[in-house]
Amino acid sequence: MRIDAKELDFRQLGDELRKVSGGEVTIDNCLGQRFIASGMENLLLTINGVPGNALGSYLNGTKIFVNGNAQDATGDTMNDGEIIIDGSVGDALGYAMRGGRIFVRGNSGYRTGIHMKQYKEKIPVIVVGGSAGSFLGEYMAGGIIVVLGLNGGDLVGNYTGTGMHGGKIFLREKNAPQNLPSQVAVTKADESDMQEISSIISEYAKAFDLNEVEILDSTFWVLRPNTKNPYKRLYTQN
Amino acid sequence: MAIDYIFPDYEVIRNKDRCISCRVCERQCSNGVHTFLEKENKMVSDDTKCVNCHRCVCLCPTHALKIVKSDNTFKENGNWKNSTIKEIYRQAGTGGVLLSSMGNPKDYPVYFDRILLNASQVTNPSIDPLREPMETRSYLGARPKTIQRDEKGRLINNLPPHLELSMPIMFSAMSYGSLSYNAHEALARAAEALGICYNTGEGGLHEDFYKYGKNTIVQVASGRFGVHKDYLNSGCAVEIKIGQGAKPGIGGHLPGAKILGDVSRTRMIPEGSDAVSPAPHHDIYSIEDLRQLVYSIKEATNYTKPVIVKIAAVHNVSAIASGIARSGADIIAIDGFRGGTGAAPTRIRDNVGIPIELALASVDKRLRDEGIRDNVSLVVGGSIRSSADLFKAICLGADACYIGTAALLAMGCHLCRTCMTGKCNWGIATQNPELVKRLNPNISYERLVNMLVAWNHEVEEMMGGMGINSIEALKGNRLMLRGVGLNEKELEILGIKHAGE
Repeated sequence: MRIDAKELDFRQLGDELRKVSGGEVTIDNCLGQRFIASGMENLLLTINGVPGNALGSYLNGTKIFVNGNAQDATGDTMNDGEIIIDGSVGDALGYAMRGGRIFVRGNSGYRTGIHMKQYKEKIPVIVVGGSAGSFLGEYMAGGIIVVLGLNGGDLVGNYTGTGMHGGKIFLREKNAPQNLPSQVAVTKADESDMQEISSIISEYAKAFDLNEVEILDSTFWVLRPNTKNPYKRLYTQN
Repeated sequence: MAIDYIFPDYEVIRNKDRCISCRVCERQCSNGVHTFLEKENKMVSDDTKCVNCHRCVCLCPTHALKIVKSDNTFKENGNWKNSTIKEIYRQAGTGGVLLSSMGNPKDYPVYFDRILLNASQVTNPSIDPLREPMETRSYLGARPKTIQRDEKGRLINNLPPHLELSMPIMFSAMSYGSLSYNAHEALARAAEALGICYNTGEGGLHEDFYKYGKNTIVQVASGRFGVHKDYLNSGCAVEIKIGQGAKPGIGGHLPGAKILGDVSRTRMIPEGSDAVSPAPHHDIYSIEDLRQLVYSIKEATNYTKPVIVKIAAVHNVSAIASGIARSGADIIAIDGFRGGTGAAPTRIRDNVGIPIELALASVDKRLRDEGIRDNVSLVVGGSIRSSADLFKAICLGADACYIGTAALLAMGCHLCRTCMTGKCNWGIATQNPELVKRLNPNISYERLVNMLVAWNHEVEEMMGGMGINSIEALKGNRLMLRGVGLNEKELEILGIKHAGE
């Protein structure tokens, strides 16, 4: 099924999508319509153009492929599914995401993966091919974020992992990342760490037709929280 | 060297003539106040551990116990109160931020207590609610701006989604985690029996309680705990929590020690992991951003649920509410500075925010002045203590009220203000299974129903006394209010006259 998004506002486009119970859908001429596939399940969605903010919020099993860039709040509170963006993405990617995967070929903006969590079998994954902005993984409580730096330049901005109390951030770069906040401990990824992301990298490479071996042929650094109870000693009962 | 002994505020007094050493008090106290000395065959108590929750007082079979305020005092000082001095000792000893529970206990003016209601005499006769129909049913949500008709002249139903309440009261947001399972069950069942709503708070919705969905408001806060598609669609409305009256500008934080078993499952985070909900939603920096979250929820729920935005009453609350009324939200909930909490930094709770009466009056006026009052309904909380407070709030412009502390009191809370310890002897603010089972949900739900049935009848009596038979005719009806002992500025903000005028 194809939907021409030209001159549809977000609600009209949403109504069209809500009529579809499952299967493959292609949206053409997408131009900034927000909230596409919010909470949706069981779709195979291809978007040609640029979806607006909050693409795939509360996503619950749909697979979305974007031929272009995406904007802010993509995958907000995503529970399950896959979002593959063949371009770059705006701020707050995967906010409080609990499950599923987001692959970005290019760069991501500020606050990527903040509040990301995990629960039992649900371990959310974000892979950014280029670089990520400041506040990457802020308040992170679970899941895996990988930033590959395939396009050169600074890998991440400032304040990576501030308030982090769970999960792991993998950074692919030669030298150990500097200026990390006190809540974060950094180590060189060892074999078991790499095992954890090898299948992720392999699928990422497949999604964008990249060379997996070349991607893995580099040093990776793992950022973990120092504690899962960062505020334990802050209070006195009154 | 300083010695950090803090003399207890309260003393446990045991009447030795009445005490039969049955050890009930010992078994009932989770704080370990009471001990039995085998050798001397007598009960003793350690006042330093007592939180004055009255559990032992209420359960002592011979009424041998009472708790009294200690007369031990520092040298009297109008400026340096006992509590202020003790707080300094606590902080000097630990370096910690002072943490308190429940609402602001300080002696700030309570405007509800300075407002009086009207009644009919001779003209405009009063109505007897025992023999005349009285309507307290309330609908919350945006009102349509125009009447639309199709080509044949028939009305088109353009009514946005509404909440229907049998009376203008709802239980305010108290999460599962801060409250026990039994307390949540009592609230949910009472809401269903009464035809009103309770609110999950930001801790997700326990799987057992999905069946109360049509009486459940599900909350979304910055940490998004337990938020997923089925959760959003399970309730009758979705509330975005921006702020809370007890701690405006401060986030929530349930310590990892309380994230166990069902609480972990409901919040969808691992056991032992801190549940951190920072004050800012890091995706909301403007009304436009708020609009985005509102509409992402509407899209995920197919426009079938009203969206509530809850904020704390702060200085420029009316400007903020004006923005929210334009964000697509259907209902604005405003929480006054006396609102309760499971835990909040003492200094924030006691010093930040403004009284709900003033916030409500000013928001209602602002929205009416701007012609956007019908965009939203207004719900207020932050110490609605009785049907009289509720009634006055409605006259000041509220469409309904949230009650939290009053509901806890109905379930047996004795307002000892130590919820943060997790050792609630009444089984309300605890996850300890031994303590939780002390709260019988069958009895507690009945007590909640009793209280609100009584409140509703009182509201009808007060309405009847004014010759008003519908709550709709009471909303924003400030002519029914008069101030006593208020200055001109206060009267101006409240939009009411002084008694005698």
